[in-house]
Amino acid sequence: MSAVEAVPAAPGRRSLRSRWLPPGRAVEPARPDPYAPTGMWLALESVGAGLLAVLWILPLAYAVWAAIHPSEFTTRFHLFAPLTLENFARAWAAAPFARYFLNTFVLVTLILSCQLVLGTLAAYAFARYEFWGRNLAFALVLAQLMIMPDVLIVENYRTMTALGLVDTIPAIALPYIASAFGIFLLRQTFKTVPKELDDAARVEGASGLQILMKVYVPLARPIYVAYGLVSVSYHWNNFLWPLIVTNSVEARPLTVGLQVFSSSDQGVDWAVICAATLMTSAPLLIGFLLFQRQFVQSFMRAGIR
Amino acid sequence: MNNRLTATIHGWLLLLPAMACLALFTHWPAIASIVESVYSTPRPRRPARFVGLDNFALMLEDPIFWQSLKNNLWFALGTIPLSIALSLLMAVWVNDRIRGRTLVRMAYFTPTVLPMIAVANIWLFFFTPQYGLLEQVSGLFGFPAQNWLGSKDTALFAVILVAVWKEAGFFMIFYLAALQTISPTLAEAAALEGASRWTYFRRVQFPLLMPTTLFVLINAVINAFRMVDHIIVLTRGGPDNATTLLLFYIYQVGFNFWDTAYAAALTVVLLAMLAAVAMIQYGWLERRIHYR
Repeated sequence: MSAVEAVPAAPGRRSLRSRWLPPGRAVEPARPDPYAPTGMWLALESVGAGLLAVLWILPLAYAVWAAIHPSEFTTRFHLFAPLTLENFARAWAAAPFARYFLNTFVLVTLILSCQLVLGTLAAYAFARYEFWGRNLAFALVLAQLMIMPDVLIVENYRTMTALGLVDTIPAIALPYIASAFGIFLLRQTFKTVPKELDDAARVEGASGLQILMKVYVPLARPIYVAYGLVSVSYHWNNFLWPLIVTNSVEARPLTVGLQVFSSSDQGVDWAVICAATLMTSAPLLIGFLLFQRQFVQSFMRAGIR
Repeated sequence: MNNRLTATIHGWLLLLPAMACLALFTHWPAIASIVESVYSTPRPRRPARFVGLDNFALMLEDPIFWQSLKNNLWFALGTIPLSIALSLLMAVWVNDRIRGRTLVRMAYFTPTVLPMIAVANIWLFFFTPQYGLLEQVSGLFGFPAQNWLGSKDTALFAVILVAVWKEAGFFMIFYLAALQTISPTLAEAAALEGASRWTYFRRVQFPLLMPTTLFVLINAVINAFRMVDHIIVLTRGGPDNATTLLLFYIYQVGFNFWDTAYAAALTVVLLAMLAAVAMIQYGWLERRIHYR
C-alpha cells in the first residue's frame, strides 16, 4: 500500500511508443534493469513467449493455409502443396461480398463522422462551459459506459420499427452515434488545452464555435486518430445488432454477410470459408500490420480513462 | 448572472444532439425495458396488458433462464481470471528483451483487430469432430475422439477458450504500458535489498499495477456479459443450452421466439447486473485502490 502511494502513476505513452518500435530503432532504457533475465532464463522466457505466440497466431495462420491451397490440402499439411487463389474467387462469386464491403464502408463512415461531430460538440460543452445541470448531464452520458447499446437490442429494435428504419444502414448506426466513450475521451483532451489560448482567441473576437474549430480540434488531432481507429475496428467487427436489424443484402454489413454465407447449407467447404473469412478481415488486418504502432497506441489511449 | 445564463444556453445547445441520441437509444430503451417487462407480449389478437411481475415469476420457473445465468457465471469465472493472468504474463514477457519480441507482441495483439465472427469460423473448424485440427492433433497422441462443441461437458470450456484468446492481447497492452511507467529506481532499490525476481514482482510491480488490473477487470466483466458473437457461430447455445449465455438467451427469446415482454424482463436482469458491477466499481474498489 505504501508503495502504491509513494509512486505517482505517470502517463506512459512515450515509453510504450519507443518500445513498440522494431528492436533496432528502440530507445534503450538509460539504466540496466537488475531484474532483466539473462542467459538461460532469457532463453526459457523466449521459448515460452514464442510458444504462446505460435498458439495465438495459429488460427490466423491456419486460415491463410487453407485459403491459399486447394481443398484437398485443407487438413493435409504438405510443404509443396500447390498454391491457388481459386478459393477467394469462389467465395467472391458465391455471395454479394462487393455489396457487403460497400455497406460496411458506408456504415463505419456514417458512424464515425456522426460520432466525431456529436462527440466534439458535447465534449466542448463539458470541458469549457460552466452551466446548470452539467454534472447531471455528464453522469447521464457516463451511464452508457455500463449500459451499452449492445445489450438493449429488444427495445432498440422496437424503436427502429416505430421509426420505419428496420433493414437500413442508418438503423445499424443510430444507437452508436452518441458515444459516451468518445465524449469522455475528447472532454479529457479539451480540458488539457491551456485556458490562455482560449482567452486569446476570444480577445481576437472569435466565437465559441470558431474557437472550437480553430484551437481545440487541431490540438486534439492525435486523439481523433486514436478514437477513429478504435471506432472503425469496433464497428467493422460488430455483429449482433446488425444481425438483428438487417435482413437483406442491401443493408447487411460484412460480418452478417459472412455469417449468412458460412452457415448456409451449400456443403461446408472450409477452404472457401477461410478465404471469405480472410477477405472480410483483410482491411483491418492489413491496416494493423502496416500501422501497428498507431493501432496499439490508439487502443491503449482510448482505453485509459 | 447573465454570463451564467448564456453559458447554460450555449452549453445545452452544444450538448443537445448527443443527449438526444443518448436519450433515445440508451436511456429510453433502458427505462422501456422495465416498463415493457410488466406487460404481456402483444399478439395479433391480444394487445399487451398489464401483468405485474408475471414475467419475473415465469423467469423464476424457467430452467433455461437459470441455466443461462449459471453458464454466464461460469463463463465469467473462466474468462476473467484466465485472460487477466495471461495478459499480465504476456506483458511481462514482451517487456523483457526476449528474442523476436516484436513478432511475439504482434501475435498476441492480432486477435484484437479481427472480427470475432470471422475468427469464430476458424475455431469452429478447429473444434470440428473427426477431421478438425484439434481432433487430428489429439489423435496423434492417441487421445480418444472428442466432440468439443457437441458435448455438454466441453462446449462451455471451448467457448471460454475462444473468448480468452480474443481478449487477452487487448488487455496486455494496458499492462505493458503500466509496466513501463514503473520507475527503474524501484528495481535498483529492490535489487540492493536482495529481493528475488518473484518478490520484486509480487511486492512492487503487482501492487503498482493495481489500477490497471482494476481497469482490465471491469472490461473483462463487461465483456463476459456482452460477448455472444462466437456463441452464435460455434454452438447457437447448444448442446442442450450448455452454452446459452444471458445475452444470447435474450436474443433467442426476443428474435427467435418473438416473446418481447419476456425478453425485456430478461434485459432488466442483465441491466441490474451491469449496474451492480458499476456500483462495485465506483463505490468499493475505487476507494481501495490508490491512484495518486
